[in-house]
Formats: sequence, structure tokens, C-alpha cells
Amino acid sequence: MQVSQPASATERQQPILSIRGLCTEFATPAGVLRAVQDLSLDVMPGECVGIVGESGSGKSVSFASVMGLIKPPGRVAAGEIVFAGMDLRKLSTQDMRAVRGKRMAMTMQDALTALNPSMTVEQQLLEVILAHDEDIVQSARWGKNAKAYKRAVEMLELVGIPSAAKRLRDYPHQFSGGMRQRIMIAIALACKPDLLIADEPTTALDVTIQAQVLELIGSLRRELGMSMVLITHDLSVVAEQCDRVVVMYAGQVVESGPTSEIIGQALHPYTRGLLAATPRVEDLAMPVRPIAGTVPSLINFPRQCHFYSRCQQRADACLSEIALSEPDVWRQVRCIRSEKERCA
Amino acid sequence: MTGNLLEVHNLVKHFERPRSLARRLLGEPRSVVHALNGVSLFVRRGETLGLIGESGCGKSTLGRAILRLVEPSSGKTVFDGVDLSQISPAEMMRMRARLQIVFQDPYASLNPRKSIREIVSLPLKLHGDGSDGENRKQVENILLRVGFRDDQFDLYPHQFSGGQRQRIGIARALVSHPQLVICDEPVSALDVSIKAQIIELLAELKAEFGLTYIFVSHDIATVGHLADRIAVMYMGEIVEIGSTHDIINHPQHPYTKALLSAVPRLVAGARQARQVLAGDLPSPLAPPTGCKFHTRCPKAEPSCVGTTQQLKPVLSGLSQWVACSLSEGAHV
Repeated sequence: MQVSQPASATERQQPILSIRGLCTEFATPAGVLRAVQDLSLDVMPGECVGIVGESGSGKSVSFASVMGLIKPPGRVAAGEIVFAGMDLRKLSTQDMRAVRGKRMAMTMQDALTALNPSMTVEQQLLEVILAHDEDIVQSARWGKNAKAYKRAVEMLELVGIPSAAKRLRDYPHQFSGGMRQRIMIAIALACKPDLLIADEPTTALDVTIQAQVLELIGSLRRELGMSMVLITHDLSVVAEQCDRVVVMYAGQVVESGPTSEIIGQALHPYTRGLLAATPRVEDLAMPVRPIAGTVPSLINFPRQCHFYSRCQQRADACLSEIALSEPDVWRQVRCIRSEKERCA
Repeated sequence: MTGNLLEVHNLVKHFERPRSLARRLLGEPRSVVHALNGVSLFVRRGETLGLIGESGCGKSTLGRAILRLVEPSSGKTVFDGVDLSQISPAEMMRMRARLQIVFQDPYASLNPRKSIREIVSLPLKLHGDGSDGENRKQVENILLRVGFRDDQFDLYPHQFSGGQRQRIGIARALVSHPQLVICDEPVSALDVSIKAQIIELLAELKAEFGLTYIFVSHDIATVGHLADRIAVMYMGEIVEIGSTHDIINHPQHPYTKALLSAVPRLVAGARQARQVLAGDLPSPLAPPTGCKFHTRCPKAEPSCVGTTQQLKPVLSGLSQWVACSLSEGAHV
């Protein structure tokens, strides 16, 4: 153990997921929609990274690209996605299947549409376990199903579904919204993945159920030492769960940094706008200020600051392409102003 | 009493699940969903009353029962001195010009085959007594006010985003100059920045038109910002009601406390000791006896199972009422 210590320490520096220059596009009749533009980010082992932004900012598409789930007319146009040392874009379909669901899993926002309505929860859980769980895949043929079944019951118990063995035989529609979200988490975690991508896991849920699900994900993450990407539009959820936040707007990263800094000292006008637009229970006196306008369409979008049309502090210089600058270690921002402010 | 625009007395709504004739003949018992169990409240002229609670607690049913969009099983609703439960459907129809509703789903609540001008003019056709020209002017004014350009009036709902559709719903509710508007989760389906735009618009319109709102939402932070008073509902009953400040900062009922502690705070790293409620809502087909919250209550005592709780004022201020005999505030 002592000897292996330095090795594991350097290993900790290696990100489990490293995305460089990811571009995902969709061909539409009106032109090419560049949904994700030059996205780069790292997820460290054991870290929880929050991806924040409005609908249409490209958060879900980015991670669907990572999972290899983009289908025509969409395509990953450029970039490198390295997961645990493997370049995912170079993997064969078969190799990718071995990674997806086993080492890297994703839960979808809408559990009712993501689960198969014509299969019982048992069938859906067994499908994953029989395909990926090494112990079970390699075990003798006729002990296999019993073992897999036992594992399925364990998983449902783990996510806190009462009388798990009985409920395995139920169909998704027989569960409530919170329960369905748990089932999806159980399926995602069935093979103990190294990375869990949770896409809006609590958006459709009541606050009380949201608290239950977040608590569950948090404790499972600590227990299994898993890394996590939490995609959400709710900054308050990120504030409580994530170590680091990446703010996306209209296909680009506009700001990233440690959670406390993003919430305490946001640099990008969009991040500040999001913070001001979020109603806070802890401070009712603080006015809720909207961001005027809406997210622009990304079809044939000019090379300029994407937030230009909604920004209170726009200038002529914003009409050229803005690069992501690094005002600080761990900190990135895509705005000419904050760079100047920092330099001054 | 004159200060109250709306008074609801002991409103009850039970939905009976349909049974086939065979099942009825076989003597299968009725199964009744208790959506509202004797709700009483008042809304003062010009205030915003927030209604919060989990899905299925009856808050939307309450809004609809007030408007008689669902017919209450029993109870009385008095709006501006008129007992709505006594008037004929035709009179109720006319009354609806003064009581309007904004629905949650801006996709399902707008007729896709009508232009937004037609959608917004329908209430005036039904309720208005102005000439066509006056109506037209009124419709255009309200559409401009909620943020549409005049070249957009003849477009159809699918040509607008979610936030804009919600503006159409608001324009439709306000065009007949109502006094009371029930907002049923109007911002729940919207993105943060758009949500804030609608919240701002609703607040401005309230001041401009002298409106009274009942704001139904499960989003406690939003309700906290808009409401003057908040009523907390659980399984068809109000468990606590009081000023927004009291409810948010000094909740008395264990359910209100749990609900508030579940709201994520926008403070980095400040993870409060959270009181996570176990389980889901009990089935409304077979509600628990006594205090309905006892199955999930962290403080439940054996006595809670047997006794039904009534709303009682909290001593600290007569404006806050709570239906729990174990709450810390001393009762009068």
C-alpha cells in the first residue's frame, strides 16, 4: 500500500473524462445548427461537476455526444473525448458498447420516456446486468439468472424502493415520478460506473422528492467513489451538490470555476444574470431580475459573443469572436470585459 | 369583512372513481379520492395568496373548485359578496369575466388552430359588452402590454416559445379586466431567465390593474417572492397559513418545516442539515386517519393517529394559523 501511494497520487491528477474541442452539429433544412461549439472540460476522479444553462444551451447534447448517442442528422464534427485513457471517438461500436452503461452511465431527464413502457423494471435492470456485470457474465450458465436477479433486487433496495423484490415485476407506469427517477439511477448504477452523467435528474420532481433523490445520488457517489456530471438549469441544486460549475450558453462554455467562486464572484454577465434571476428562499428581500430576451437560434449564427443580444454591457468589440480566457487557475470566462477588469 | 375579495368556507371535493355496473352489482365499495377536505380561507382585495404543497396535495383542485371549473362536492365560495355555489351556470359564466385563471401548461392550454388575437379575444366575445371595434382595441392593448409586437398578433401558438405562450395565457386572463386571477403553476415549465421575466410581468400587471392573485405553485422560492401570504396544503387540507415572512422564516407545522428544508439554497457549500421526508404522499384513496401527515411526520406521537387537527392561531401573531397540536408556538 505504501509503495503504491505515489502512483495513486499522480493518478488522481489524471482526469477520468477529458473533452477537448468538442463540436456537435445538426443538419437542418434551414442550415447547420452548431449545438456544441469547441467544448473543453475535465472531470477528475471523484469530482462532481455541474453543467448549468438554459434550454438550448447545448448541455444535454454535449454529454449525449460523450455517450456516443448522437444520431443523424446530428454528428460530432470535431474534438477529442478521452475517458479513462480511451479516445471514445476512435472506439469501434462494439468497444463503445462495452464502455457505455458499464464504465460510464447516463440518466435521462424524463424517466417516463427513457424507460421502456412495455418491459418490467426487472427486465430492464437484468438487461444491463447480464450485458455488463463481469462476475455475472463470466459465471456458469445456469447460475447466471439467479445471480443477476439478486443483483437487481440489491440495486432497487440501494435506491430506496420499498418491497423491492415485489416491485421488480411492475412496469414503469406503476411507479411515481420520483420512483421512476430512482429506477433509472438504479439501472445507471447497476454496473458501478466510474462516471455518472445525470441529466436534469430532479427537474420534474417536487422539492421533497428532489431532496430525496439528490441525497441519494450524493451518498451513492461518496460510497462508490464515483465521478459525476450533473446537468441542470437550477443553480441552487448545483450550489449544494457540485465541486465545480461549468456555465454554458448557446453552445459555448461561457464560464467555469469552483462552485463557491461562480456563485460568489461570477465574472460573465450571463452567469450574473442567471444568479439574479433565481428566486432565493434564504433572501426574500433580494429582487428577482430577469435577463431580457431569449436564447438565439444557433443556425448560421454570426461569429460574435453569443450573449451579445441580451447583454447589458455589450460593446462593439463583442461583435468579434470571443475566446475563453483563464483569469485564474481553475477559472475560465468568455467575456472581453471580465478580462479587462481582471487585468486592471 | 369588506376587505376580503374571496372567502372560501369548508370547500370539499371528492372525486369518485368510476365503477363498472358489474362491479357495482358485486358490491365493490366506492373508491373516493379526497382531493379537498374542508378548505377554508380568505383572500384580501389586492393581495397575493400563495398556495404551496407537493403534487397531489389538492392545490390546483382548490383553484379550479373556486372557479367552479370542477364542481365542489360541498362548501361555499363567496366572491365579492356573491355566493358562487348558489348561482346558475349562466350567471357563473358571466362571473368568470371577473375571476380568471392562467394555466400551467402553455402548450396544452392554447388552441393550436387559433391565432393569438383570436385566443385573446374569446373572453371578450363571451363576457364583454363592448362593440367589435372596442374589443379589438382592448385585445391589441393587452397583447402589446404583455410584450408582443403588432406584427405578431395573427401568428399561431406553435410559432412562439414557452415563455411567450405563457404571456398569451396571461393576456387572455387579463383582457376581460378580472379582479381575481388564479395563477396555476404559471412559471413551472419555464427556464430560469424566462421565469423571472414572467414573475416580473405578473407583478407589474398586478399593480397596474389592481389585481388580486391566488398563486398556486410547488416552487416555494417563487411563491416567497410573489405572495403576501402563503397557505401550505397537504392531502387536501391547509396545514398552515400566514404571512410570507412568518411561513418562510418561522414555520410551525412539521410539514412546512420539511418542505422548506428541502428547498435548495443558492449558497455554495452551505449544505444545511436537511430534514428529508421519507416516502411519497399516501394514497388519497385511503388517506391516513387523524392528522394526515402522521405517516411521514418526524415528530408524530400516538395521539396524532386519532385526532383530526384544526387550524389554530399561533400566539406570536394572529395572522399565522397552524393545524398541529405539537407545534412549538403556544396556542391561544
